[in-house]
Amino acid sequence: MSGWRMRAEAVRARSLVRVERETDDMRTLCFRDELCSQASPGQYVMVWAPGVDEVPMSLSTIGRDGLSSVTVRSVGEATRALCGLRAGDRIGVRGPFGKGFTIVGTSPLIVGGGAGAASLVPLAEAMLGRGLKPTFVLGARNVDRLLFRRRLERQLGDRLVSATDDGSCGFRGLASECASRMMEEKCFDIVYMCGPELMMASIFAAAEERGIPVQASLERYIKCAVGLCGSCAIGPYRVCKDGPVFSSEQLRALREEFGRRRMDPSGRMIEVDH
Amino acid sequence: MSQLSLAVDLAGLRMRNPTMNAAGVFGISPPLLRRVYEAGAGAVVSKSIGLDPRPGHPNPTVVAVEGGMLNAMGLPNPGASYFAGEIGRLKEAGVPVVASFFGASVEEFVEAARTLAEAGADALELNCSCPNVEEELGLLGTDPANVERITAAVKEAVDLPVFVKLTPNVTDIVEVARAAERGGADAVTAVNTLKALAVDVDLRRPVLANVTGGLSGPALKPVALRCVWEIAGGVDIPIIGCGGVSNWRDAVEFLLCGASAVEIGTALMTRGFDVFREVAEGIRGYLAENGFREVGEIVGLAHEG
Repeated sequence: MSGWRMRAEAVRARSLVRVERETDDMRTLCFRDELCSQASPGQYVMVWAPGVDEVPMSLSTIGRDGLSSVTVRSVGEATRALCGLRAGDRIGVRGPFGKGFTIVGTSPLIVGGGAGAASLVPLAEAMLGRGLKPTFVLGARNVDRLLFRRRLERQLGDRLVSATDDGSCGFRGLASECASRMMEEKCFDIVYMCGPELMMASIFAAAEERGIPVQASLERYIKCAVGLCGSCAIGPYRVCKDGPVFSSEQLRALREEFGRRRMDPSGRMIEVDH
Repeated sequence: MSQLSLAVDLAGLRMRNPTMNAAGVFGISPPLLRRVYEAGAGAVVSKSIGLDPRPGHPNPTVVAVEGGMLNAMGLPNPGASYFAGEIGRLKEAGVPVVASFFGASVEEFVEAARTLAEAGADALELNCSCPNVEEELGLLGTDPANVERITAAVKEAVDLPVFVKLTPNVTDIVEVARAAERGGADAVTAVNTLKALAVDVDLRRPVLANVTGGLSGPALKPVALRCVWEIAGGVDIPIIGCGGVSNWRDAVEFLLCGASAVEIGTALMTRGFDVFREVAEGIRGYLAENGFREVGEIVGLAHEG
């Protein structure tokens, strides 16, 4: 195969080796891809449902047993099509793209809300591989929606703290409230997060008060994924290439944007509402 | 060395060096376009703006191919009156702004041009050459009569330098360039992307949702150089070279063929923002080494060889 076909920017057709049901509306699609198996936690791929659309998805597994995966929540046309796929079906993959998480410090707190937990599980696993023991706040509306609870429990034991809006498992309340309480009780030197933007904005504010640096994985309207088209612009940055993971220093430069407003597909600013 | 200047006056647009981003790259976000300027570009070019907001085509809109990439974004933009406010933010930051614009009729071209001019754009780039909206917009830059009519109407309406961006998807690009010149264009940009297609053998379908897209990057460069070369022999207005400029050597090739400035697009994917400073400083080095004192001295020099 000539060189350019192996570039991250080229599209590769991949057969699904397995499709796992995570929750009512979430599926994990497992496939083999050499470039993805070398990705770092927090990086994403563009997943193409042929004939429908192509959407950005964080890698929820990176090359474990030769397999990588994305975990898709059915929210629109493309994700509905992806959730309906079975083993043997094909998807197109571009990537991995973007700047992932950087493992720093010795006492990490990880906070994942809803589908946001997908990109944080490979991070937690990478930390364990380096002998770090992260505390992981896993938040969702109710117990049935806690993504990867068993996978995390197996590896983290009581360092996994569940938070559910309805109290059906663990802490009763928002993941951000749970995380703020954890920051009061224990001494963390870094916070990693991915989930609803308002959750992350609230955790960022709490971390700033305590002088704890964060790394947050943001979401915007990604189209080209290679840093060219500008549709995912957030302040002076491109989420697709400068992100999706941003540091506290960068987030401070994004005060007008982070948790407040984002561009719609046409380039108009609209409010961030979740 | 102290006498050497990279500054150019491009049909009235004064630039500190002859580099710009190609339209469509980095879209419309003022902070991102400001970053282009801070990275060393001589001026910035906005994504093409129409009268009304458009979401653009569905994905996939971009795919890498051998020697370049294809895109079919479908002209997403927030509409001229919305973008007018964004131009203001760029002007406050002291950034020279070329507003790229398009329309589905002569009236729409004129209205969009007027709005962007009133908003404070320093120059306009008339995009009648996007290969991805042909059926939808109808008005094509492949027809010299159309190009002359649109250009004349826009020039009548605004008092700004107007650059007409040409498509390479024609038999005779010189004829279209001449039509733009007759319509009053202050410069032409050569070229827009070359209409192309990518197909996946496993999925057995075209990759882009739009089926066809525009080829850009190194694979386009020899075509773009040929276009600039031919146009330089046929018109008296300046030419802005565009198509596969990835380094200073590429830029100098365009200048030697007759371009007065260059636009850089796809190279941003591989080389990042630094490409502007690298190209500008590379041109400076070339001029110094060969005893030239300004950019204009090498424009079209290859024609004398």
